[in-house]
Amino acid sequence: MRKAIGLATATTLASIFAFSAFAQDKVVNVYNWSDYIDDSILEDFTKETGIKVVYDVFDSNEILETKLLAGGTGYDVVVPTGAFLARQIQAGVFQKLDKAKLPNISNMWDVVATQTAKYDPDNAYSVNYMWGTTGIGYNVKKIQDVLGIDKIDSWKIVFDPESMKKLNECGVYMLDAPQEIIPTALAFLGLNPDSRDPAEITKAEELLLAIRPYVRKFHSSEYINALANGDICLAVGWSGDVFQARDRAAEADQGVEIAYVIPSEGAEMWFDQLAIPADAKHVDEAHAFINYIMKPEVAAKASNYVFYANGNKASQALLDKEVLDDPAIYPDEATMAKLFITLPYDPKTQRLITRSWTKIVSGQ
Amino acid sequence: MAETTLATTPSASQEAVPQQGTWLAALTGRLVIIIPYAWLLILFLVPFLIVFKISLSQTAIAMPPYSPTFDLAGGISGLWESFREFSFDNYLWLTEDPLYFNAYVSSVVIAAISTFFALLIGFPIAYGMARAPATVRPLLLMLVILPFWTSFLIRVYAWIGILKPEGLLNQFLIWTGLIDQPLIILNTHSAIFIGIVYSYLPFMVLPLYSALEKMDYSLIEAAQDLGCPPISAFWKITFPLAMPGIVAGCLLVFIPATGEFVIPDLLGGSQTLMIGKTLWNEFFSNRDWPVSSAVAVILLLMLVVPMMFFQQAQAKAQEQGR
Repeated sequence: MRKAIGLATATTLASIFAFSAFAQDKVVNVYNWSDYIDDSILEDFTKETGIKVVYDVFDSNEILETKLLAGGTGYDVVVPTGAFLARQIQAGVFQKLDKAKLPNISNMWDVVATQTAKYDPDNAYSVNYMWGTTGIGYNVKKIQDVLGIDKIDSWKIVFDPESMKKLNECGVYMLDAPQEIIPTALAFLGLNPDSRDPAEITKAEELLLAIRPYVRKFHSSEYINALANGDICLAVGWSGDVFQARDRAAEADQGVEIAYVIPSEGAEMWFDQLAIPADAKHVDEAHAFINYIMKPEVAAKASNYVFYANGNKASQALLDKEVLDDPAIYPDEATMAKLFITLPYDPKTQRLITRSWTKIVSGQ
Repeated sequence: MAETTLATTPSASQEAVPQQGTWLAALTGRLVIIIPYAWLLILFLVPFLIVFKISLSQTAIAMPPYSPTFDLAGGISGLWESFREFSFDNYLWLTEDPLYFNAYVSSVVIAAISTFFALLIGFPIAYGMARAPATVRPLLLMLVILPFWTSFLIRVYAWIGILKPEGLLNQFLIWTGLIDQPLIILNTHSAIFIGIVYSYLPFMVLPLYSALEKMDYSLIEAAQDLGCPPISAFWKITFPLAMPGIVAGCLLVFIPATGEFVIPDLLGGSQTLMIGKTLWNEFFSNRDWPVSSAVAVILLLMLVVPMMFFQQAQAKAQEQGR
């Protein structure tokens, strides 16, 4: 939304480029998350296939979904997250992938594919690009000063008003994403994270209301900078974003050290999926692009750049050690077993969740 | 249509009027009126009707995410069927949850306070500009408009850098020794007021300036000659004469500030409830285009209806004055 204005201009520019690209007919219009690819991958793709990539970015699933539902986006490849994808498939937004045009699909990782099939049965409409978790990012030194502990390993730090009261002065941010935070609160309470029971959702709401006074801001992207600059000491956020903050802090060399943890109670797991809109104009090129991304060396290059795990088994041999061996990126089996996913809410539950969230963030 | 009128109007007024006299002049006059009306029709009334239509439908998991949608394939009877599915349920829904009412009220309050401060700051600026030597005025005017050359979004972002706890303002205040703990301004209501007043100040200053510039300052001299103290001269002469500028400036600030979304999102905290954010939630988080359209329609009515009454009252007052 905030970036929507900037994005709107970017989109206008992109569509102008798209127009001029019509002349050379071989083009693919890709709409992906911001900061989510190594640019050289796009250049290499054009070199290898002769297909020009018109690349455009968004920063929230809601923006992507609204565009897709309005139709006529002009995009050939988009990257929604699992629960959003599932609903969009239902609305008829996507076309089925032609697996014959995707020989590299054999490189994919069955562990991830079983999970994504819960959103997209048989993985008929999508393949995985990246996946990650929603956990805790924190400033190691500040947490030591305030709480006197070396590392965080439990959601208790976030959901216990006592510790939050202490963290209040150094600053806590939380994702402004009810479909991430409410399931996490449910998991902490030992309830089903994917619950649709209003009574259980109310329990999660109460838990969050108790810590609400100590959360400085609910926002889904500002915490990257805030963590990196040392403005805050803790953020509930997406794994890759926290790693970005960690790298920025390391580059700035101001003594800020950032760490990410998947707490022992488990965390939500999410999947960003490559899919082709039903009204895409360059279907063959879109398949070529997706097939290219599934090459082991390309998937490895992408993960090495963004610090997210990918759904490509064959790429693992080519990953940097610091990526593959980081349990926060590629969790070990015990942690994997504790990760959970949530399926899309029906409209009634969605309204309940949004209403509950408004009450939590605004006190209304 | 608007384009053709645009193209013909200048040539008609330049060439035809002197030769053919009143008949063509009348036609040109009418064309000139048509342009703004066509503008309003195409860019205001038609979009409004589309939004109003969506507000009467129901959500659906489809593209677009509501039903019914007009399908000409069904013929007249199909259209009639669609019409019968329309309902005002979404408007009823808005009355059931106090959230919407509170959001409207809090938006209006925030906009009103910001407008007041913009007037308080804008008036001296405009007055100073209007009383400045005529040679300096274009430069001053330029300075007021200059911020528009930078993107609005970037300027609001810049305020984050100024207001944050480790920001420029706090560093400066700590350096001067006025405070020893940083002030928490960012993510509070104060930051929203600062953002709105800063962003919309030119819209306040420009109409005020144009009203004050036209003022005859010998009136004030006359008042002073007759022994009127400066303060009451201000309230008796300057203020009433600047009234059209004040009204225009206040409306130009108040109306966009009520629906403001970017400034509260970036500078405000999560606890700020504004109708722009509520509308965003309905549209993006709930995917409920019909309810968000209903919110938008009510917001528009809330802003337009009082303004119409105000204008009518003003027109009446003017007639009585004559």
